[in-house]
Amino acid sequence: MSQELLERIVSRIENIQGEGAVLEASLNFSKPMITLDTSNWTPQIAQLLHDDPELKFNFLSCLTGMDYEEHMEVIYNFHSIPHNYYLYVKVKTAREKPTVHSVQPIWKTADWLERETYDLLGIEFPGHYNLKRILLPDDWEGHPLRKDYVTDKKALGLD
Amino acid sequence: MSIRTEQMTLNMGPQHPSTHGVFRLVLTIEGETIKHAEPVIGYLHRGSEKLAEGLLYTQFIPYTDRLDYLNAMTNNYIYCAGVEELLEWEIPERAEYLRVLVMELNRIASHLVWWGTFMLDLGALSPFLYAFRDRDLILDRLNEISGARMTFNYVRIGGVKWDAPDGWIERVKETVKEVRENIKEYDTLVTGNEIFQARTIGVGKISQKEAINWGLSGPIARGSGIRFDLRKEEPYSIYDRFDFDIPTFQEGDVYARYKTRIAEMHESLKIIEQACEQIPEGEIIHKKGKRIMMIKPPAGEVYKRCEASKGEIGVYIVSNGKTQPYRVKLRRPSFVNVQILQELLIDEPIANLVAIFGSLDVVLGEVDA
Repeated sequence: MSQELLERIVSRIENIQGEGAVLEASLNFSKPMITLDTSNWTPQIAQLLHDDPELKFNFLSCLTGMDYEEHMEVIYNFHSIPHNYYLYVKVKTAREKPTVHSVQPIWKTADWLERETYDLLGIEFPGHYNLKRILLPDDWEGHPLRKDYVTDKKALGLD
Repeated sequence: MSIRTEQMTLNMGPQHPSTHGVFRLVLTIEGETIKHAEPVIGYLHRGSEKLAEGLLYTQFIPYTDRLDYLNAMTNNYIYCAGVEELLEWEIPERAEYLRVLVMELNRIASHLVWWGTFMLDLGALSPFLYAFRDRDLILDRLNEISGARMTFNYVRIGGVKWDAPDGWIERVKETVKEVRENIKEYDTLVTGNEIFQARTIGVGKISQKEAINWGLSGPIARGSGIRFDLRKEEPYSIYDRFDFDIPTFQEGDVYARYKTRIAEMHESLKIIEQACEQIPEGEIIHKKGKRIMMIKPPAGEVYKRCEASKGEIGVYIVSNGKTQPYRVKLRRPSFVNVQILQELLIDEPIANLVAIFGSLDVVLGEVDA
Protein backbone atom coordinates (compact mmCIF):
# COMPACT_ATOMS: atom_id res chain seq x y z
CA MET A 1 0.00 0.00 0.00
CA SER A 2 2.79 2.39 0.89
CA GLN A 3 4.50 1.84 -2.46
CA GLU A 4 1.26 2.63 -4.27
CA LEU A 5 0.74 5.77 -2.19
CA LEU A 6 4.29 6.87 -2.90
CA GLU A 7 3.78 6.54 -6.64
CA ARG A 8 0.51 8.42 -6.47
CA ILE A 9 2.10 11.31 -4.60
CA VAL A 10 5.05 11.50 -6.98
CA SER A 11 2.81 11.59 -10.04
CA ARG A 12 0.56 14.28 -8.53
CA ILE A 13 3.56 16.48 -7.81
CA GLU A 14 5.24 15.88 -11.17
CA ASN A 15 1.99 16.69 -12.97
CA ILE A 16 2.29 20.20 -11.62
CA GLN A 17 6.03 20.80 -11.27
CA GLY A 18 7.18 18.73 -14.23
CA GLU A 19 9.11 15.51 -14.71
CA GLY A 20 12.00 15.08 -12.29
CA ALA A 21 10.64 17.46 -9.65
CA VAL A 22 10.81 14.70 -7.05
CA LEU A 23 14.52 14.10 -6.53
CA GLU A 24 14.14 10.91 -4.54
CA ALA A 25 11.23 8.71 -3.60
CA SER A 26 11.64 5.72 -1.35
CA LEU A 27 10.20 3.87 1.61
CA ASN A 28 11.85 4.74 4.91
CA PHE A 29 11.04 2.03 7.48
CA SER A 30 8.04 1.22 5.26
CA LYS A 31 6.76 4.80 5.23
CA PRO A 32 6.78 6.89 2.02
CA MET A 33 9.50 9.53 1.84
CA ILE A 34 10.06 12.07 -0.93
CA THR A 35 12.79 14.65 -1.47
CA LEU A 36 12.20 17.90 -3.33
CA ASP A 37 14.24 20.94 -4.13
CA THR A 38 13.08 24.09 -2.39
CA SER A 39 12.12 25.63 -5.77
CA ASN A 40 9.56 22.86 -6.25
CA TRP A 41 8.12 23.08 -2.73
CA THR A 42 5.55 25.72 -3.61
CA PRO A 43 2.43 26.70 -1.67
CA GLN A 44 0.47 25.00 -4.45
CA ILE A 45 2.14 21.65 -3.77
CA ALA A 46 1.64 21.99 -0.04
CA GLN A 47 -2.01 22.86 -0.61
CA LEU A 48 -2.36 19.82 -2.86
CA LEU A 49 -1.12 17.51 -0.10
CA HIS A 50 -3.57 19.12 2.29
CA ASP A 51 -6.65 19.27 0.06
CA ASP A 52 -6.48 16.41 -2.44
CA PRO A 53 -9.39 14.11 -1.53
CA GLU A 54 -7.22 11.04 -2.04
CA LEU A 55 -4.39 12.35 0.16
CA LYS A 56 -5.79 14.75 2.78
CA PHE A 57 -2.62 15.20 4.79
CA ASN A 58 -4.41 17.42 7.26
CA PHE A 59 -2.19 16.81 10.29
CA LEU A 60 1.35 18.16 10.36
CA SER A 61 2.93 15.91 12.90
CA CYS A 62 6.46 17.28 13.00
CA LEU A 63 8.58 19.85 11.19
CA THR A 64 12.30 20.01 11.61
CA GLY A 65 15.49 21.24 10.01
CA MET A 66 18.80 19.49 9.40
CA ASP A 67 22.23 20.79 8.59
CA TYR A 68 23.98 18.26 6.35
CA GLU A 69 27.06 20.48 5.92
CA GLU A 70 26.79 20.46 2.11
CA HIS A 71 23.15 21.50 2.12
CA MET A 72 20.27 22.00 4.51
CA GLU A 73 16.94 20.28 4.70
CA VAL A 74 13.55 20.94 6.16
CA ILE A 75 11.67 17.75 6.94
CA TYR A 76 7.91 17.49 7.29
CA ASN A 77 6.09 14.53 8.78
CA PHE A 78 2.52 14.51 7.57
CA HIS A 79 -0.31 12.34 8.70
CA SER A 80 -3.63 11.96 6.97
CA ILE A 81 -6.22 11.32 9.66
CA PRO A 82 -9.06 10.40 7.25
CA HIS A 83 -6.98 7.85 5.31
CA ASN A 84 -4.39 6.97 7.96
CA TYR A 85 -1.54 7.70 5.52
CA TYR A 86 1.87 8.82 6.53
CA LEU A 87 4.44 10.83 4.58
CA TYR A 88 7.93 12.28 4.99
CA VAL A 89 8.70 15.29 2.81
CA LYS A 90 12.30 16.45 2.69
CA VAL A 91 12.99 19.83 1.13
CA LYS A 92 16.57 20.56 0.13
CA THR A 93 17.98 24.05 0.24
CA ALA A 94 21.41 25.63 -0.14
CA ARG A 95 23.51 26.24 2.94
CA GLU A 96 24.06 29.88 2.01
CA LYS A 97 20.81 31.74 2.66
CA PRO A 98 18.67 28.64 3.22
CA THR A 99 15.09 29.39 2.24
CA VAL A 100 12.00 27.21 2.23
CA HIS A 101 8.50 28.44 1.57
CA SER A 102 6.37 28.64 4.70
CA VAL A 103 3.46 26.25 5.19
CA GLN A 104 2.16 28.20 8.18
CA PRO A 105 -0.87 29.56 6.24
CA ILE A 106 -1.93 25.96 5.50
CA TRP A 107 -1.03 24.14 8.73
CA LYS A 108 -1.09 26.46 11.70
CA THR A 109 1.03 23.91 13.56
CA ALA A 110 3.94 25.20 11.52
CA ASP A 111 3.76 28.62 13.19
CA TRP A 112 6.08 27.85 16.09
CA LEU A 113 7.81 24.87 14.51
CA GLU A 114 9.07 27.11 11.68
CA ARG A 115 10.08 29.78 14.16
CA GLU A 116 12.02 27.17 16.12
CA THR A 117 13.74 25.91 12.97
CA TYR A 118 14.62 29.48 12.05
CA ASP A 119 15.89 30.15 15.55
CA LEU A 120 18.11 27.08 15.84
CA LEU A 121 19.22 26.59 12.22
CA GLY A 122 18.74 29.93 10.51
CA ILE A 123 16.44 28.67 7.76
CA GLU A 124 14.19 31.43 6.40
CA PHE A 125 10.52 30.75 5.74
CA PRO A 126 9.08 33.40 3.41
CA GLY A 127 5.31 33.61 3.81
CA HIS A 128 5.39 33.24 7.60
CA TYR A 129 3.65 36.20 9.25
CA ASN A 130 5.88 36.46 12.30
CA LEU A 131 9.25 34.83 11.74
CA LYS A 132 11.42 35.68 14.72
CA ARG A 133 13.38 33.85 17.39
CA ILE A 134 11.35 31.80 19.83
CA LEU A 135 13.53 29.83 22.24
CA LEU A 136 16.68 31.96 22.28
CA PRO A 137 16.80 35.65 23.24
CA ASP A 138 16.24 38.12 20.39
CA ASP A 139 19.85 39.37 20.53
CA TRP A 140 21.43 35.90 20.30
CA GLU A 141 24.10 35.60 17.62
CA GLY A 142 24.18 32.62 15.30
CA HIS A 143 22.12 29.46 15.10
CA PRO A 144 23.30 26.73 17.49
CA LEU A 145 22.24 23.64 15.57
CA ARG A 146 24.28 24.56 12.51
CA LYS A 147 27.29 22.29 12.37
CA ASP A 148 29.72 25.21 12.07
CA TYR A 149 28.37 26.96 15.15
CA VAL A 150 31.10 27.77 17.65
CA THR A 151 29.97 27.78 21.28
CA ASP A 152 31.24 30.91 22.98
CA LYS A 153 32.15 29.31 26.28
CA LYS A 154 33.32 32.56 27.81
CA ALA A 155 30.01 34.30 27.15
CA LEU A 156 28.17 31.37 28.71
CA GLY A 157 30.39 31.42 31.78
CA LEU A 158 31.77 27.94 31.09
CA ASP A 159 35.39 28.94 30.65
CA MET B 1 -20.82 62.69 27.51
CA SER B 2 -18.73 59.76 26.39
CA ILE B 3 -16.11 58.15 28.55
CA ARG B 4 -12.71 57.78 26.98
CA THR B 5 -11.51 54.19 26.97
CA GLU B 6 -8.25 52.70 25.80
CA GLN B 7 -6.60 49.33 25.45
CA MET B 8 -4.11 48.24 28.05
CA THR B 9 -1.16 45.88 27.87
CA LEU B 10 -0.92 43.36 30.67
CA ASN B 11 1.92 40.98 31.34
CA MET B 12 1.01 37.65 32.82
CA GLY B 13 4.19 35.97 34.00
CA PRO B 14 6.97 34.96 33.52
CA GLN B 15 6.54 34.39 37.25
CA HIS B 16 2.91 33.55 37.86
CA PRO B 17 1.53 30.72 39.99
CA SER B 18 -0.86 29.39 37.38
CA THR B 19 1.61 29.20 34.51
CA HIS B 20 3.21 26.10 36.10
CA GLY B 21 6.69 27.14 35.19
CA VAL B 22 8.16 30.15 33.53
CA PHE B 23 5.77 31.30 30.85
CA ARG B 24 4.78 34.80 29.84
CA LEU B 25 1.65 36.00 28.12
CA VAL B 26 1.53 39.54 26.78
CA LEU B 27 -2.14 40.47 26.74
CA THR B 28 -3.84 43.46 25.22
CA ILE B 29 -7.09 44.01 27.04
CA GLU B 30 -10.08 46.22 26.54
CA GLY B 31 -11.84 46.44 29.86
CA GLU B 32 -12.15 42.81 30.89
CA THR B 33 -11.88 41.37 27.38
CA ILE B 34 -8.72 39.99 25.84
CA LYS B 35 -8.08 41.43 22.38
CA HIS B 36 -4.63 40.09 21.67
CA ALA B 37 -2.45 37.46 23.31
CA GLU B 38 1.16 36.67 22.62
CA PRO B 39 2.82 33.79 24.43
CA VAL B 40 6.52 34.32 25.12
CA ILE B 41 8.57 31.21 25.85
CA GLY B 42 12.18 30.10 26.07
CA TYR B 43 12.88 30.94 29.70
CA LEU B 44 13.68 27.29 30.45
CA HIS B 45 15.50 26.53 27.20
CA ARG B 46 18.43 24.22 27.91
CA GLY B 47 19.40 23.32 24.37
CA SER B 48 18.50 19.64 24.73
CA GLU B 49 18.75 18.97 21.00
CA LYS B 50 22.18 20.57 20.84
CA LEU B 51 23.36 18.60 23.87
CA ALA B 52 22.26 15.34 22.22
CA GLU B 53 24.76 15.87 19.40
CA GLY B 54 27.64 15.78 21.87
CA LEU B 55 26.58 12.70 23.82
CA LEU B 56 26.65 8.96 23.24
CA TYR B 57 23.25 7.55 22.35
CA THR B 58 22.57 6.11 25.76
CA GLN B 59 23.83 9.18 27.62
CA PHE B 60 20.96 11.28 26.32
CA ILE B 61 18.23 9.30 28.11
CA PRO B 62 18.43 11.26 31.42
CA TYR B 63 17.99 14.51 29.48
CA THR B 64 14.66 13.30 28.16
CA ASP B 65 13.46 12.93 31.77
CA ARG B 66 13.66 16.67 32.07
CA LEU B 67 11.43 17.59 29.14
CA ASP B 68 7.99 16.76 30.48
CA TYR B 69 9.10 15.90 33.98
CA LEU B 70 5.60 14.74 34.90
CA ASN B 71 5.62 12.05 32.26
CA ALA B 72 9.27 11.06 32.08
CA MET B 73 8.71 7.35 31.38
CA THR B 74 7.14 8.06 28.01
CA ASN B 75 9.94 10.48 27.13
CA ASN B 76 12.51 7.80 27.97
CA TYR B 77 10.57 5.29 25.95
CA ILE B 78 10.14 7.27 22.77
CA TYR B 79 13.81 8.20 22.54
CA CYS B 80 14.86 4.57 23.10
CA ALA B 81 12.21 3.32 20.68
CA GLY B 82 13.58 5.66 18.01
CA VAL B 83 17.11 4.33 18.44
CA GLU B 84 15.83 0.74 18.51
CA GLU B 85 14.03 1.32 15.22
CA LEU B 86 17.32 2.37 13.64
CA LEU B 87 19.03 -0.67 15.17
CA GLU B 88 16.13 -2.94 14.16
CA TRP B 89 16.18 -4.76 17.46
CA GLU B 90 13.57 -7.13 18.84
CA ILE B 91 12.77 -6.20 22.42
CA PRO B 92 12.16 -9.01 24.97
CA GLU B 93 8.49 -9.40 25.88
CA ARG B 94 8.92 -8.89 29.60
CA ALA B 95 10.67 -5.59 28.94
CA GLU B 96 7.79 -4.40 26.78
CA TYR B 97 5.31 -5.30 29.52
CA LEU B 98 7.33 -3.47 32.14
CA ARG B 99 7.49 -0.45 29.82
CA VAL B 100 3.74 -0.42 29.34
CA LEU B 101 3.18 -0.79 33.08
CA VAL B 102 5.41 2.14 34.02
CA MET B 103 4.18 4.32 31.14
CA GLU B 104 0.54 3.86 32.07
CA LEU B 105 1.24 4.38 35.78
CA ASN B 106 3.07 7.52 34.82
CA ARG B 107 0.22 8.71 32.61
CA ILE B 108 -2.14 8.51 35.58
CA ALA B 109 0.34 10.31 37.83
CA SER B 110 0.65 13.03 35.20
CA HIS B 111 -3.12 13.41 34.83
CA LEU B 112 -3.42 13.57 38.62
CA VAL B 113 -1.00 16.48 38.82
CA TRP B 114 -2.99 18.16 36.07
CA TRP B 115 -6.27 17.56 37.89
CA GLY B 116 -4.98 18.89 41.19
CA THR B 117 -3.30 21.98 39.80
CA PHE B 118 -6.13 22.74 37.41
CA MET B 119 -8.56 22.82 40.31
CA LEU B 120 -6.07 24.90 42.27
CA ASP B 121 -6.03 27.40 39.40
CA LEU B 122 -9.79 27.60 39.56
CA GLY B 123 -9.59 28.37 43.25
CA ALA B 124 -10.32 24.99 44.84
CA LEU B 125 -7.55 23.93 47.19
CA SER B 126 -8.65 20.56 48.54
CA PRO B 127 -8.71 18.59 45.22
CA PHE B 128 -4.98 19.27 45.01
CA LEU B 129 -4.46 17.36 48.25
CA TYR B 130 -6.57 14.42 47.05
CA ALA B 131 -4.68 14.32 43.76
CA PHE B 132 -1.29 14.28 45.43
CA ARG B 133 -2.40 11.61 47.89
CA ASP B 134 -3.19 9.30 44.96
CA ARG B 135 -0.21 10.33 42.90
CA ASP B 136 2.03 9.37 45.78
CA LEU B 137 0.72 5.82 45.71
CA ILE B 138 1.81 5.61 42.09
CA LEU B 139 5.13 7.34 42.61
CA ASP B 140 5.93 4.79 45.33
CA ARG B 141 5.49 1.98 42.81
CA LEU B 142 7.61 3.81 40.24
CA ASN B 143 10.22 4.51 42.88
CA GLU B 144 10.39 0.83 43.80
CA ILE B 145 11.10 -0.22 40.24
CA SER B 146 13.32 2.63 39.03
CA GLY B 147 14.82 4.19 42.14
CA ALA B 148 13.47 7.64 41.39
CA ARG B 149 10.21 9.49 41.83
CA MET B 150 10.26 11.79 38.82
CA THR B 151 13.42 11.62 36.74
CA PHE B 152 13.43 7.87 36.24
CA ASN B 153 16.03 7.11 33.56
CA TYR B 154 14.44 3.65 33.57
CA VAL B 155 13.76 2.70 29.97
CA ARG B 156 16.98 1.81 28.17
CA ILE B 157 17.90 1.15 24.57
CA GLY B 158 16.96 -2.51 24.17
CA GLY B 159 14.76 -2.89 27.24
CA VAL B 160 14.59 -1.57 30.78
CA LYS B 161 17.19 -1.10 33.48
CA TRP B 162 15.77 -3.13 36.38
CA ASP B 163 13.42 -6.05 36.69
CA ALA B 164 10.40 -5.65 38.96
CA PRO B 165 11.35 -6.32 42.60
CA ASP B 166 9.68 -9.18 44.52
CA GLY B 167 5.97 -8.63 45.00
CA TRP B 168 5.90 -5.52 42.84
CA ILE B 169 3.25 -6.78 40.44
CA GLU B 170 1.02 -7.66 43.40
CA ARG B 171 1.49 -4.21 44.87
CA VAL B 172 0.65 -2.60 41.53
CA LYS B 173 -2.62 -4.54 41.48
CA GLU B 174 -3.41 -3.22 44.97
CA THR B 175 -2.58 0.31 43.87
CA VAL B 176 -4.85 0.01 40.84
CA LYS B 177 -7.78 -0.93 43.08
CA GLU B 178 -7.09 1.88 45.48
CA VAL B 179 -6.61 4.53 42.81
CA ARG B 180 -9.73 3.43 40.95
CA GLU B 181 -11.85 3.89 44.05
CA ASN B 182 -10.25 7.24 44.77
CA ILE B 183 -10.77 8.59 41.26
CA LYS B 184 -14.47 7.83 41.57
CA GLU B 185 -14.43 10.22 44.51
CA TYR B 186 -13.34 13.00 42.17
CA ASP B 187 -16.63 12.85 40.33
CA THR B 188 -18.59 13.38 43.51
CA LEU B 189 -16.18 16.05 44.64
CA VAL B 190 -15.77 18.14 41.48
CA THR B 191 -17.25 16.89 38.21
CA GLY B 192 -20.87 17.55 39.14
CA ASN B 193 -20.19 20.75 41.03
CA GLU B 194 -22.31 23.60 39.77
CA ILE B 195 -19.72 26.34 40.18
CA PHE B 196 -17.11 24.21 38.45
CA GLN B 197 -19.45 23.53 35.55
CA ALA B 198 -20.36 27.19 35.23
CA ARG B 199 -16.69 28.03 34.83
CA THR B 200 -15.87 25.31 32.32
CA ILE B 201 -18.87 24.37 30.17
CA GLY B 202 -18.83 26.26 26.88
CA VAL B 203 -15.53 27.97 27.74
CA GLY B 204 -12.49 27.85 25.44
CA LYS B 205 -14.14 25.95 22.61
CA ILE B 206 -11.91 24.35 19.99
CA SER B 207 -13.59 22.96 16.90
CA GLN B 208 -12.52 19.66 15.39
CA LYS B 209 -11.17 21.35 12.29
CA GLU B 210 -9.14 23.87 14.26
CA ALA B 211 -7.74 21.18 16.50
CA ILE B 212 -6.37 19.27 13.51
CA ASN B 213 -5.08 22.40 11.80
CA TRP B 214 -3.22 23.50 14.92
CA GLY B 215 -1.73 20.02 15.26
CA LEU B 216 -3.34 19.39 18.63
CA SER B 217 -3.13 15.86 19.94
CA GLY B 218 -3.84 13.86 23.05
CA PRO B 219 -6.71 14.68 25.40
CA ILE B 220 -7.16 18.14 23.84
CA ALA B 221 -7.89 16.68 20.40
CA ARG B 222 -10.05 13.93 21.89
CA GLY B 223 -11.98 16.55 23.84
CA SER B 224 -12.76 18.14 20.46
CA GLY B 225 -14.24 14.99 19.03
CA ILE B 226 -11.20 13.57 17.26
CA ARG B 227 -11.02 9.89 18.02
CA PHE B 228 -7.30 9.60 17.65
CA ASP B 229 -4.91 7.84 19.96
CA LEU B 230 -1.56 6.54 18.74
CA ARG B 231 -1.85 3.56 21.09
CA LYS B 232 -4.72 2.40 18.87
CA GLU B 233 -3.94 4.00 15.50
CA GLU B 234 -0.29 3.03 15.31
CA PRO B 235 0.09 0.44 18.06
CA TYR B 236 3.66 0.65 19.29
CA SER B 237 5.26 -1.54 21.93
CA ILE B 238 2.55 -4.14 22.75
CA TYR B 239 -0.53 -1.92 22.99
CA ASP B 240 -2.40 -4.07 20.48
CA ARG B 241 -2.69 -6.77 23.15
CA PHE B 242 -4.89 -4.79 25.50
CA ASP B 243 -8.55 -4.07 25.52
CA PHE B 244 -9.28 -0.39 26.19
CA ASP B 245 -11.34 2.49 24.85
CA ILE B 246 -10.41 5.92 23.58
CA PRO B 247 -12.59 8.35 25.54
CA THR B 248 -13.76 11.07 23.15
CA PHE B 249 -16.04 14.01 23.77
CA GLN B 250 -17.57 16.23 21.12
CA GLU B 251 -18.00 19.59 22.84
CA GLY B 252 -14.42 20.88 22.57
CA ASP B 253 -14.66 23.04 25.67
CA VAL B 254 -12.69 23.06 28.91
CA TYR B 255 -15.18 20.67 30.49
CA ALA B 256 -14.80 18.16 27.66
CA ARG B 257 -11.03 18.14 28.08
CA TYR B 258 -11.55 17.64 31.80
CA LYS B 259 -13.84 14.67 31.23
CA THR B 260 -11.47 13.15 28.68
CA ARG B 261 -8.60 13.06 31.14
CA ILE B 262 -10.69 11.63 33.97
CA ALA B 263 -11.99 8.89 31.65
CA GLU B 264 -8.47 8.24 30.39
CA MET B 265 -7.24 7.46 33.87
CA HIS B 266 -9.81 4.67 34.11
CA GLU B 267 -8.66 3.29 30.75
CA SER B 268 -5.02 3.34 31.87
CA LEU B 269 -5.99 1.41 34.98
CA LYS B 270 -7.59 -1.21 32.74
CA ILE B 271 -4.41 -1.55 30.69
CA ILE B 272 -2.30 -1.89 33.85
CA GLU B 273 -4.54 -4.65 35.19
CA GLN B 274 -4.32 -6.60 31.94
CA ALA B 275 -0.57 -6.14 31.75
CA CYS B 276 -0.21 -7.43 35.33
CA GLU B 277 -2.10 -10.57 34.36
CA GLN B 278 -0.23 -11.19 31.10
CA ILE B 279 3.35 -10.34 32.02
CA PRO B 280 5.69 -13.27 31.24
CA GLU B 281 8.99 -14.21 32.84
CA GLY B 282 12.17 -13.67 30.88
CA GLU B 283 14.90 -11.28 29.88
CA ILE B 284 14.42 -7.56 30.45
CA ILE B 285 16.93 -6.23 27.94
CA HIS B 286 18.18 -7.14 24.46
CA LYS B 287 21.36 -9.21 24.63
CA LYS B 288 23.38 -6.39 23.09
CA GLY B 289 21.72 -3.81 25.31
CA LYS B 290 23.84 -4.57 28.33
CA ARG B 291 27.00 -3.21 26.76
CA ILE B 292 25.58 -0.25 25.00
CA MET B 293 27.98 2.64 25.46
CA MET B 294 29.72 2.53 22.09
CA ILE B 295 26.68 1.43 20.10
CA LYS B 296 26.60 2.63 16.47
CA PRO B 297 23.19 2.51 14.83
CA PRO B 298 23.46 2.12 11.05
CA ALA B 299 23.26 5.35 9.06
CA GLY B 300 19.67 6.39 8.51
CA GLU B 301 16.87 8.45 9.89
CA VAL B 302 13.51 7.82 11.45
CA TYR B 303 10.60 9.68 13.00
CA LYS B 304 9.02 7.74 15.81
CA ARG B 305 6.03 8.90 17.80
CA CYS B 306 3.84 7.71 20.63
CA GLU B 307 1.06 8.85 22.90
CA ALA B 308 2.25 10.81 25.94
CA SER B 309 -0.09 12.19 28.58
CA LYS B 310 -0.04 15.56 26.78
CA GLY B 311 -0.38 14.26 23.24
CA GLU B 312 1.88 13.10 20.47
CA ILE B 313 5.52 12.98 21.50
CA GLY B 314 8.02 12.22 18.77
CA VAL B 315 11.71 12.00 18.03
CA TYR B 316 13.43 12.46 14.72
CA ILE B 317 16.81 10.77 14.93
CA VAL B 318 19.47 10.95 12.24
CA SER B 319 22.42 8.60 12.55
CA ASN B 320 25.55 8.77 10.44
CA GLY B 321 26.86 5.48 11.78
CA LYS B 322 28.94 7.00 14.57
CA THR B 323 28.62 6.69 18.34
CA GLN B 324 26.81 10.01 18.72
CA PRO B 325 23.55 11.01 17.03
CA TYR B 326 23.97 13.39 14.09
CA ARG B 327 20.77 15.17 15.01
CA VAL B 328 17.92 14.59 17.45
CA LYS B 329 14.72 16.54 17.03
CA LEU B 330 12.21 16.35 19.85
CA ARG B 331 8.56 16.91 18.96
CA ARG B 332 7.14 18.02 22.29
CA PRO B 333 3.34 17.97 22.55
CA SER B 334 3.12 20.92 24.96
CA PHE B 335 5.16 23.11 22.60
CA VAL B 336 2.75 22.45 19.77
CA ASN B 337 -0.41 22.58 21.89
CA VAL B 338 0.27 25.88 23.63
CA GLN B 339 0.42 27.81 20.32
CA ILE B 340 -3.34 27.85 20.05
CA LEU B 341 -3.59 30.30 22.95
CA GLN B 342 -2.90 33.10 20.46
CA GLU B 343 -6.27 32.42 18.88
CA LEU B 344 -8.21 30.79 21.67
CA LEU B 345 -7.99 33.68 24.12
CA ILE B 346 -9.29 36.36 21.77
CA ASP B 347 -12.53 37.93 22.99
CA GLU B 348 -12.54 35.85 26.16
CA PRO B 349 -12.90 37.61 29.49
CA ILE B 350 -9.77 37.65 31.64
CA ALA B 351 -11.56 35.53 34.23
CA ASN B 352 -11.59 32.60 31.78
CA LEU B 353 -7.90 32.78 30.96
CA VAL B 354 -6.64 30.56 33.74
CA ALA B 355 -9.35 27.94 33.12
CA ILE B 356 -8.47 27.79 29.41
CA PHE B 357 -4.74 27.72 29.91
CA GLY B 358 -5.04 25.10 32.64
CA SER B 359 -7.18 22.89 30.43
CA LEU B 360 -4.35 22.60 27.90
CA ASP B 361 -2.14 20.83 30.47
CA VAL B 362 1.13 22.45 29.49
CA VAL B 363 4.47 21.61 31.09
CA LEU B 364 7.02 24.33 30.48
CA GLY B 365 10.03 22.05 30.73
CA GLU B 366 8.74 20.47 27.58
CA VAL B 367 7.76 23.68 25.82
CA ASP B 368 11.24 25.11 26.14
CA ALA B 369 13.29 21.91 25.87
